[in-house]
Amino acid sequence: MSTTTIGGHTLTVDDEGFLTDPTEWSEEVAAALAEQIGVTLESEHWAILGFLRAEHARTGETPTLRRVSTGMQIPVKRLFELFPVKPAKKMAYVAGLPKPRGCV
Amino acid sequence: MHELLVLGGGTAGTMIVNKLRRRLDPTLWNITVVDRDDVHHYQPGYLQVPFGTTSPARITRSRHAQIADGVRFVTGEVDVVDPERNEVRLSDGTELHYEQLVIATGTSPRPEETPGVTGALWRRSVHEFYTLEGATLLRDALTRFTSGRLVVHITEMPIKCPVAPLEFACLADSWLREHGRRDDVELVFVTPLSGAFTRPIAAERFGSLLQERGITVETDFVVEQVDEDASALVSYDGRSVPFDLLVTVPLNMGADFVGRSGLGDDLNYVPVDPKTLLARGHDNIFALGDASDIPTSKAGSVAHFSVHVFVENFLDHVAGRPMTHEFDGHANCFIESGDGKALLIDFNYEVEPLPGRFPLPYVGPLGLLQETRANHLGKQSFAWVYWNVLLPGRPLPLPAAMSMTGKHVPA
Repeated sequence: MSTTTIGGHTLTVDDEGFLTDPTEWSEEVAAALAEQIGVTLESEHWAILGFLRAEHARTGETPTLRRVSTGMQIPVKRLFELFPVKPAKKMAYVAGLPKPRGCV
Repeated sequence: MHELLVLGGGTAGTMIVNKLRRRLDPTLWNITVVDRDDVHHYQPGYLQVPFGTTSPARITRSRHAQIADGVRFVTGEVDVVDPERNEVRLSDGTELHYEQLVIATGTSPRPEETPGVTGALWRRSVHEFYTLEGATLLRDALTRFTSGRLVVHITEMPIKCPVAPLEFACLADSWLREHGRRDDVELVFVTPLSGAFTRPIAAERFGSLLQERGITVETDFVVEQVDEDASALVSYDGRSVPFDLLVTVPLNMGADFVGRSGLGDDLNYVPVDPKTLLARGHDNIFALGDASDIPTSKAGSVAHFSVHVFVENFLDHVAGRPMTHEFDGHANCFIESGDGKALLIDFNYEVEPLPGRFPLPYVGPLGLLQETRANHLGKQSFAWVYWNVLLPGRPLPLPAAMSMTGKHVPA
């Protein structure tokens, strides 16, 4: 665990850059994190981030791609367009949540 | 009379009724177990069927014969659970009342959930080995398969026995070499994970296991469909992996009645407290074996260790005492790596698989995360232990809680 500064915000992160303290997150932080991975946040992104944070607060787990897709009625294909290549990890990263737990 | 109703007479359900029949007073408690049929499968055997090292007849037995006297066995398909009325309805209309309910109906492969899988290529060049029928048909397909691209594929986690696809790839490599076909076959392992396994140290070990065998690994592959015309797996990010023979591990889901009864998550797994396995929001429904959403492997070893903890808790719970035993997510899996060798992993919710010795620290005889002949013999003799010690609910000299002694934590 270490501290990093992104877009003027000092954040506590793990070795892969995921925030370890969800309370350090804010909309400005999200925009700065999104910029790190080349994503510009539009209304669809914001709705997804809101869902992710609400689910995490409710269950204590970062929702999986399937959970986001079924919970929000968004096709997985669209999630790949919004957060290209590794959507599950990228959504969690921008939402300031731990990487989705690799199921065992 | 008090009524305990167990849905599912597989590994977990059978162990539960057998252990509890000895612990619950038969003059006070009726125990009923429901399953759709009377055939108990030794599921670890599915992996051996495609390679002809066991046969379907050798890995199936009657379900009721594994169940203790004094337990009622009902054959029927569960239609719905009504938690308000404490009743289970079967599809033939039978209604079963319960005071305590255990859901142990496991998880099953759903090939139809991925477009193109159950189409024209199904059971021809697209196969699976998570059912006895599938494993048997794959045996025939492998016999005919002399050259080309063999792709082993995991659709989505979680799956039952998450090490089985790796084992299949290693066993296929070994089998193909034995049959003089390895030089004519390209072996590819396709996974939605970022590595060969879910937890880092084991992922690295298994990754090199595949590399040593010349098996290509395609990671972070979230499958969208099987393109039947191109005979290829296609991912959401536009990658295409062509195959001549595809061995896919389909999406796994819990039983449909769990979803219909409003007791499941998106994949029909029952959300439970991971320590007590009591269903969230219910005081008289437990979920064991593969049926719950606990974050550990869906595996027989987990069923075994968790049943041990559950039985003690259940007796407290029905006596009105707090449940004091906690399940730690302990899993213990043999991994066949081919050529008469195997690895062994031992882990739980918190501790990932580590190298070391098992079950006796420093002594073994089994090596953790290492390929040894002893591990292979351990796995081979396990079928006997399963039918004669585990299912009858006899004690096995392995503690339910995982131990750190004998494990090495790499610096």
